[in-house]
Amino acid sequence: MSLHPLDRKIINHLQGGFPISENPWDELSEQLEIPADDIINRIQGLQDEGYLSRFGPMYHAEKMGGGLTLAAIKVPEDRYDEVTDIVNSFDEVAHNYARDHVLNMWFVIATEKPEQIQTVVNQIEQQTGLRVYNMPKQEEYFLGLKFEV
Amino acid sequence: MPVATKKQNDMLMDETDRRIIELTQSGLPLVRHPWHAVAEQLDMDVQDLLVRMQRMQDTGIIRRIGVVPNHYKLGYVANGMSVWNVPDHKISELGHKIGALDFVSHCYQRPRFLPEWPYNLFAMVHGKTRDDVNRQVQIIADLLAEDNRGHTVLFSSKILKKTGLRI
Repeated sequence: MSLHPLDRKIINHLQGGFPISENPWDELSEQLEIPADDIINRIQGLQDEGYLSRFGPMYHAEKMGGGLTLAAIKVPEDRYDEVTDIVNSFDEVAHNYARDHVLNMWFVIATEKPEQIQTVVNQIEQQTGLRVYNMPKQEEYFLGLKFEV
Repeated sequence: MPVATKKQNDMLMDETDRRIIELTQSGLPLVRHPWHAVAEQLDMDVQDLLVRMQRMQDTGIIRRIGVVPNHYKLGYVANGMSVWNVPDHKISELGHKIGALDFVSHCYQRPRFLPEWPYNLFAMVHGKTRDDVNRQVQIIADLLAEDNRGHTVLFSSKILKKTGLRI
């Protein structure tokens, strides 16, 4: 993997702080000392090649009024594919990861309203016959943006 | 970070805000004047849009605006969910300390399920290899010292589902 130094600079400096102003690229151009059009083109290129998954605002699901939780299930090995299909069939399940642990399936549930989380949890328990360990975050410790490349 | 209740947010957000969110949650157009482009699509004044974006950022509805790196593509293929059992009365102090580490992307307090799941602090650690992740987990362990009453790391062995939703 080889990234141009300017691409690195952009990734490292633009994980937040995109200006909310009439000429955001000009402001960035001054901060990064890269011509504005060059920044735009490089972001486009990084996005096209998959180095960036997106560019724009990241919204806070709960503050927008939605429900969000992390949940886990202990899935018997011989039922893993079946349970994966059931869990993934829920539109509310946004991400699902296999992890090396007795609790071997971990997924994020996102709903429009907070009270719908419990409904989804109950439905998954009913359809799988397995206990869902519901682990909503109680506190968030923020955290820089700072993923360095 | 100030925590606003849902009621407060209902008052803070109106229908126009929701239309802005709907249009921009998948990304901003990569054009010379992205805010103008958004305002035009929503048939609103750009100044009004900028005021609303600034307010949503100030109230925390917008976490941040910028590029979202794809960890995998950038070579950070090992992601370990490190989980820790720390004293409840110190969790806030410890959580902030760990959340500030540059290899930790998310850090949360979550409920224990005793006796089988004693862990109340989750820190997502990214590295290029599992060895990298294990080294970073050791840094966290050293930082926590005697406040670490047990920990483990859950590596992801497979992505079973991933939608576009960014959280």
